[in-house]
This record gives sequence, C-alpha cells and structure tokens, in this order.
Amino acid sequence: MRLAFGTRPSIRRRLTLQLLTSAAILAVVLFLIVSSFARQIGAESQDRILSASVASILDAVSVASGEVTVDIPYSAFTMLDNANDDRVFYRILQDGAVLTGYDDLPETTPGFATLPYRNETLRVVTATRRLSVDGAPIEIAVTVGQTRDAQAETLQRISRMAVYLGLGFFAASAVLAVLAGQVTAGSLRRLAGSVSRRGPQDLRPVEAEMPSEMQPLVRSLNSLIARLSTALNRTEDFIAEAAHRVRTPLATVRAHAENTLRRVDKEENRHSLREMIRAIDESSRAAGQLLDHAMVALRADHLELEPVDLNALTGELVDRLRPVAELKDMDIRFDEGQTGAIMGDAILIQNAVRNLLDNAIKYAPSETQIKVSTDIDGAVVRLTIRDEGIGFPQADATPLTGRFARGENASGVVGSGLGLTIADEVARAHGGHLEMHNNCGGPGACVTLSFPLR
Amino acid sequence: MRHLILSLALSLWALPLAAFETEELVQFPAENETVELRVISTADTELFAPFITAFQAQNPGISISYYVVSSSEIMVALAEEGAPFDLAISSAMDLQVKLSNDGLAQPFSSDQTQALPPWARWHDQVFAFTQEPATIVLSRAAFEGLPLPRTRQELIALLRDNPDRFAGRIGTYDVRSSGLGYLFATQDGRTSETFWRLAEVMGGLQTQLYCCSSDMIEDVAAGRIAVAYNVLGSYAQAREDLHDAIYIIAPEDFTTVMLRTVLIPDSAEYPVEAGRFIDHLIQSSWLGADGAFAYPGITPDGLSGNASLRPITLGPGLLVYLDRLKRRQFLREWEAAMVQPE
Repeated sequence: MRLAFGTRPSIRRRLTLQLLTSAAILAVVLFLIVSSFARQIGAESQDRILSASVASILDAVSVASGEVTVDIPYSAFTMLDNANDDRVFYRILQDGAVLTGYDDLPETTPGFATLPYRNETLRVVTATRRLSVDGAPIEIAVTVGQTRDAQAETLQRISRMAVYLGLGFFAASAVLAVLAGQVTAGSLRRLAGSVSRRGPQDLRPVEAEMPSEMQPLVRSLNSLIARLSTALNRTEDFIAEAAHRVRTPLATVRAHAENTLRRVDKEENRHSLREMIRAIDESSRAAGQLLDHAMVALRADHLELEPVDLNALTGELVDRLRPVAELKDMDIRFDEGQTGAIMGDAILIQNAVRNLLDNAIKYAPSETQIKVSTDIDGAVVRLTIRDEGIGFPQADATPLTGRFARGENASGVVGSGLGLTIADEVARAHGGHLEMHNNCGGPGACVTLSFPLR
Repeated sequence: MRHLILSLALSLWALPLAAFETEELVQFPAENETVELRVISTADTELFAPFITAFQAQNPGISISYYVVSSSEIMVALAEEGAPFDLAISSAMDLQVKLSNDGLAQPFSSDQTQALPPWARWHDQVFAFTQEPATIVLSRAAFEGLPLPRTRQELIALLRDNPDRFAGRIGTYDVRSSGLGYLFATQDGRTSETFWRLAEVMGGLQTQLYCCSSDMIEDVAAGRIAVAYNVLGSYAQAREDLHDAIYIIAPEDFTTVMLRTVLIPDSAEYPVEAGRFIDHLIQSSWLGADGAFAYPGITPDGLSGNASLRPITLGPGLLVYLDRLKRRQFLREWEAAMVQPE
C-alpha cells in the first residue's frame, strides 16, 4: 500500500496486527502446554496402573516349603486391559535369575523406564521385595511392561482437541483484536469528527468524551484553540481600534476639505478637492465597515437574542437612508409584507440591512428605484432588496461574501468589499442565509436576506 | 564321522517340519490353483469343512490345506518352530492372545472386523467368530430314574449320593494336555469355588481324562461313561445322531462360553487371502441364519439373552494362567483333586 508523505500505517491496523500476533503466540503456547500436560497425565496414569499391577503381583509372592511361588492374580493383568488392547509383558526375578515370565525383557532397575522391546516401545515398572527362604534373604523383582498405543491415542485425541482449543482461542482473540482496533480508531475518529464538524467561527474548546490516553491531545488541542481565539480577538480588536482612530481624523479632514471647496473657485483645484473628498469618503466608509465587521464578528459569537420586528427595523433604516438616496435622485420604496417575530440581535440585523441598502444605493445608477420588500416563505422570513443597477458579474455571487471581495464590474465605485460579508455573517449567525441573484428579469441585483421564523 | 555329522544336520533340519503333531491333514484342492492357504486349526474337519467350501466357492483358485492339531500344538508350531501358516484357528483363547501379545500375529483390519463388537476382537489381530458354551453331557441311560442336574451343585449332590452308579464313569478334559480343557478349568476355578468341590468329588470317583470333546461325547453316547464335564456344546449339538442317547446341559449357575478365534500368524505367506478368509468367517457367523454352519455365531442377543452365560474376555488377563508358576500351581491343585489314588 502506498502511503501519503509523512503518514505512518494506521493505528488500527498496527494495533490489530500486534494483538493478532500475540494471540497467535498465546495459542501456540496454549497448545504446547495442553499437549505436554496431556502427555504427562497419560504417562502418569499408565504408570499408576502398572505400579498397581506390579504391587498386586508382589503381594502374591509366597514361600511354601522352601520354594518361592508366585500366584499372579487374574486382576494383575486384566487391570491393564484397555480399548487399544495394549500388549503386556512381565518378568519375575529371584536374585537376578528368571523365575517366570518373559526372560528376554531388557534389564531394568526398580522404578519406571521406557524401553524398546520386540519392535515396540514399552513402558515398564519394576519393584522389588525381600523375602526369607530357610533363613536366607532373597530378593524378588517384578517387572510389568505395557505398550503405549492407548496412551498415544489419548495423546493424539487431546492434541487434536488442543489444536481446536488453540484455533478457537485465536479466532476469538482475532475478533476481539479487530474490535479493539476499531474502538481505539473510533475514539480518534470521534475527536477528528467533533473538530472538523464545527463551523468556521466556532472556537469553543473540544468537550467530547475521550479516553484518558487522549486527554493530553484534547488538552493541547483546546489550548491551541484558546490561543488561536485570543490571537483572532486581538487582531479584530486591533482592526476596530485602528479603524476608529482613523475615522475621527478623517471626518476632520473631510470638513476642512469641504470648507476649502466652497472657498476655491479655480476649476482645477475644485476637481482635486472633490477627488480628495471622494477618497476620504472611501476611507471613512471602509473604516466604518471594518468596525461593523469587527462588531458583527464579536456579537455573532455571543448572540443576544430578543424578538425583533423586521418591518419596523427596515422601515426606520429606509427612512434614514432616503436622504442619501435622494442625493443620487434615487427612490427607495418599501413594501411591508407580513412578517412574524424573529429572534435575533437587533443591532446585527440592522447592520446587515444597512450594508445591503448602502450597497444598493452605491452600485445602482442615479434616477433608478430600489425596491425593498418583506414576506414569509414557509418557516422563513425574507427581506429582499432589488435595484436596477449593474447586478452581479456572474450567476453565482457567493464568492462576493468573502472579505474584501469585490465584483469585477464594481471598479469606479467607492467600496471596501465588506458589505456582503457582514450581511452574510449576520444571516449565518442567526441560522439563516444570504442569497444573491441578478434581478429577476431586469439587469439589477436581487439580494435576499432570510431568517428562520421562531 | 562326516556322514554322521551330515545325517545329524539333516535330521536337525528336518526336525522342525515334523516336530508338531498333526492329527489330521485334509486338502481342499481348487482348480487352477494360484494360492495355497495353510490353515492350522483345532476344529474338527467335519464341523469346519462347510466354512472352507463356502469360501472356496466365492474365491476360486485358492486351495486349502487344513491341519487339525491340538491347541497346544499350535503354540509349538508357531511360537517354537515358526512353521509357515496363513491362518491359526483355535478354541484356546489364552494361547491365541499369547501369540498376538508376543508379536507372532499380523494385524488385520477390514469392514467386517471393525463391525465386530470390541469384546470379540483383540489388538486387531485376534478375531472371535463363534461363541461356544462348555456344557455337561449326560447319558440318558445312566440317568434313568434320576433328576437331571441343572447346576454344578446339583451335579455334586447327585455324584455324592450315587457313588456306585458313577464311579469310573465320569469324564472330563485332561487339562495337562488339552489347551481348551485347561482354559475351561482355569476359568471355572476363577469364577467359582464350586469347581474345586466338583473336582474333589470327580477325583474321588476315578474320573476318566480325555483329550477331546468328541471322544467324550461318543463315550457318553455309547454308555461307557455317564457324565462328561466341560464338553463343547457345539460339538454335542452337531452330533444329532447321538441325541437320543445324551442330554446336553448348560449349567445354570454359570456357563463358561469360549470364543473360537482366528488370527494370521506373522509367518503367513498369503496374508491378503487369509484376511479374506477371516472376513468370510465373520460374515458367515454373523449372518449364519441359514443354519448351514455348525457354530453358533456371535449375536448381541446370544449373550444378553442368558444371564448365566459367562463369555471369556479376550485380553491380557488370559496370560495369567499361562504363567509357568501359575500353571504349575494350578495343575498341582488340579491333580491333587482329580487324580486321586484308588
């Protein structure tokens, strides 16, 4: 498998592989232990029976009129009978001389031994007993041996069972290993999911339930997020502060420029001054929008929800901006539709609507009409602003909501490119959205701000 | 001198071939003979011949040489002389087990042998194909006016009460020479003390000793003896011509049942054909419902049907009474009881 640069094999695979390897080793060890245990038990049980047989024969040794006799009990050999019909051999020695039995059995010492005999492997047990014959001590040694077919078969049976046991153990471990791998990888996936699912503005600490091993990771992630959040806030604060600091002197400069314009008669100078005022307006407007945006960003994180009357809010704004529009001989018409109460931050919504109206007044040509309307569509309250201006450069206007993005056809008009961004962010913060189309039929823009009905 | 050595060597060489005593040699020739099976057996030819002819009918080209010997001679032939035989059939289970235990038999396994119950085979070498009870055969003439004994105790009482009628007129195996007689006697002695009391009584009445069941049956039928103890029931049953003159009693206290067994000696030249013969024997005795065979086959009912039947178990226990010392001791006791001075 090809791995991406810098990627190590997956934790799940590695964990599963390690668990499987250890399970395989354990299974083999289990098999060996059971087998050797079975071998030992098998040998022990055969040894016990052989010992009992030898003991019963030794018991049957007696001395009658100076002669040693051995009355081998019938049970001495029947007890050795088994399902595999193992062969039985025995020998009784008196002071080393064969008294009875198989005289070609190999030499044995008291105790257990495994011997080759007549092309078979024999397990033999030897025990001795001292007797007195006419006052002279003699030693009787009894050896009983048996082939090991039954033991071999038992061992084989247990070995087969041990193989199944080992395989079963391995199979069960394999399932558990795969599960363990999945669970481990699962909690990592959950963390990744909870981080990647959050919105672009969401800089809250991660609070998903995590195994203790992953707490350090979550903690460092959270501390990273906190630092990032602080840095962002600081930047926004800085921008807002800078804009504020710039706006006030700009207003002073503009007032002076206008005064000067009234006193200057030479056309060249008047033109320069008008250009100057235009540039000052642009800067001041940009600074204002930067401030707006900073405020939107700040308030969007901690929305203060209250019932907002969209019609009243819009009507007030339209009235306030009507003089500005009339400077360009534009007419603003507000068609008040039926709107329910929406929950929202009035200051933010006002900001958004003002920026949209601003845009419309700014980009539409003089002596045109701007139509503002409100209505309800299902569970959504909509505010639509239509102008008769140049419209958006392309059908999909979404990129224009990016910060400082401006349409290709907007050069020549004073603008910062923040108006749509602000409106979009406000809509999103309220769970609504901003839609932009070129005017339904006409050339102008058609902007719809929608909020969910509460 | 050289001639002497040569003739000695010749006679030594010839000795093993002739050493074991053959009572009878019967040839069952086959046309287009390819294989000659040599069978050494204790079973009387007339009784066993149907097995052989049925086998030859199914397996053409196999001729059979059937050697009838006493059970101890099988041991001499196979263990001591290594005479080449393809099959050994014997009623002396202990000697068959010893042959197998001592490594003088070949293993053989087939569907038929696997179908045998475990108690009817040993070590995949010794296979039982009949079960034959040791019975008491009585002369009808001698028991006129007497109640028939159903147990050993009743027999003892009868013998004690009528010493005049039975003196010298009781027969049983000479266990010193007959392997089957020794097997029956040792198993009787192992099963019950009654045997020894019976032996005492029989000994006191000058019991005749026999080599074989058939001789005892004929002597009872002819009236030469009145009671024959431990006679093979199968032989007695087979002699239908004598049934008018004898009673066959299976003692109700216990009836020792001998399993007639077959094995393939390791000296066999044709073990494959010998195996086929074993299959045939097992199949005939298991399926032998047509009555064509003299020996009662091994059927599960045969044993469970009668609680007094005591089949001798194939197994290492049978080696015990073959032990030198044990045998010497048993024979000493037996002689003390059975062979009493008059």
